[in-house]
Amino acid sequence: MEFETVIGLEIHAQLKTKTKIFCGCATTFGEAPNTQTCPVCLGMPGVLPVLNSQVVEFSIKMGLATDSRINRVNQFARKNYFYPDLPKGYQTSQFDLPIVEQGQIEIEVDGKTKTIGITRMHMEEDAGKLIHDEREPLSYVDLNRTGTPLLEIVSEPDLRSPEEAYAYLRKIHAILRYLDICDGNMQEGSFRCDANISLRPMGQEELGTRTELKNMNSFRNVQNALEYEVRRQRDILLDGGTITQATLLWDPDRNRTESMRSKEEAHDYRYFPCPDLVPIEIDDEWIERVRTTLPELPDQRKARFTSDYELPEYDAGLLTASRELADYFETTVQAGAQAKKTSNWIMSELLRELKGEEISSCPVKPEQLGALLIMVDQGTINGKIAKTVFQEMMQSGKDPEVVVKEKNLVQVSDEGEILVMVREIIADNPGQVEEFKGGKTKLMGFFVGQLMQKSKGKANPKMANDLFSKELEA
Amino acid sequence: MKITREELEHVAHLARLNLNEEELTRMTGQLDNILAYVAKLDELDTTGIAPTTHAFSLVNAFREDQVSPSLSQTEALVNGPKQNGEYFVVPRII
Repeated sequence: MEFETVIGLEIHAQLKTKTKIFCGCATTFGEAPNTQTCPVCLGMPGVLPVLNSQVVEFSIKMGLATDSRINRVNQFARKNYFYPDLPKGYQTSQFDLPIVEQGQIEIEVDGKTKTIGITRMHMEEDAGKLIHDEREPLSYVDLNRTGTPLLEIVSEPDLRSPEEAYAYLRKIHAILRYLDICDGNMQEGSFRCDANISLRPMGQEELGTRTELKNMNSFRNVQNALEYEVRRQRDILLDGGTITQATLLWDPDRNRTESMRSKEEAHDYRYFPCPDLVPIEIDDEWIERVRTTLPELPDQRKARFTSDYELPEYDAGLLTASRELADYFETTVQAGAQAKKTSNWIMSELLRELKGEEISSCPVKPEQLGALLIMVDQGTINGKIAKTVFQEMMQSGKDPEVVVKEKNLVQVSDEGEILVMVREIIADNPGQVEEFKGGKTKLMGFFVGQLMQKSKGKANPKMANDLFSKELEA
Repeated sequence: MKITREELEHVAHLARLNLNEEELTRMTGQLDNILAYVAKLDELDTTGIAPTTHAFSLVNAFREDQVSPSLSQTEALVNGPKQNGEYFVVPRII
């Protein structure tokens, strides 16, 4: 039997504000435990939370960037449950009136474009962090993160494969980064993702029983976990079994999902409007003002890269998937390098040498890459030497001119100097010369190779070719 | 009856309240009275009236995104029944 996979994602994006959502405590990551709290975020009785206007501004931005409806009136609600990382006994969130609804983004999988609906986005506060003791049955609570603003982004169950889920997640991440409202660091937890996944027989309207996947803290993990869960559910269904609704944790070390101990009771959050926080009213003027601050978004930038720089779709898509990478490309080109050559270098040499690190931590600055590519263009060094120089730059961060000078790598373009070497090689290899003259023209590669060896790669290859042709035909 | 004993037990559990038999019986009666009293409001015709969530008509109370001082670690932890100078210490849940 054929099954159709149905996936919906819930993304929690920490908003890049200086302070928490309802108080003036800083949101800096990695500070000493319990040093960024105050009576409001500690949940002391009698305090009054006041909403950080930047959180509203950022949420409107994300709503506009995803073609969503901004709800003119929205409000906060209390989601009641007990957990040690939640000092108030409720999470302040939005429920029946979220700030954003009915949006959509486009994703591309295998060259095909598909529209994915966004059900809603709402503002809420993050919980604290629990560290579990390895030996004793104790946990340690750090409330620095409590009250950090989150935007929860809920997709429609429009995703039909783990690949589509991955592309959607990447796209939302890219938009948040382009808007510069979330730093998007999955390892540090500033961008988190849960998935709902179910299978149904092909053609069936009704959705199958779903499971919820958590703890996927990298893009790869999301795709791996979903692929695992598709296989697991399919095997059960093919055996005639039924899926049990459950929350599963992804274990990246063992490449499998594990059932979380089920909660004692079904979710019973008893939401009600938060009396401490007054409703938010957003008028057209506010929305239009935010609209004017929207930067160029990934899709627009991709279109501009294909038209302005005449890059292939593939290049433009890859470069604009990350704002930092796209910025890097443009700065390199502005430094005077040719667009397509820059794109080739970034996609091959640069990304390979980065070994998965962020572009922001790249020791070679775009201006330096630009200078290197100009040196190749002007014939100061050849392409092969440029790769060696680049590797050295990645190690030391030095300017290409310095590396070339230090290692004495300047291309030899002196015709007399090259001619001497050409003649020596011809004299040293009479057999090959004979064969070449007999019609085995492929041997040109051999001669040029010999010359490169002799010149330690520094000979101007075009000049070498020309001189060999001339000398051998003489 | 506005509330059953089972519902009361459920609500008590959600609030992490341990009520004994006598308390459960008494509370069920009291809550039932309260709910019956409040239910008088249902007699009003509210057709066409938007639900009110706040007593004031105030909207948009905001603060600027500016850092203000936090409590010191010692001050933050002082009310914790159990703490180790850095963290609140709680029984492990998972």
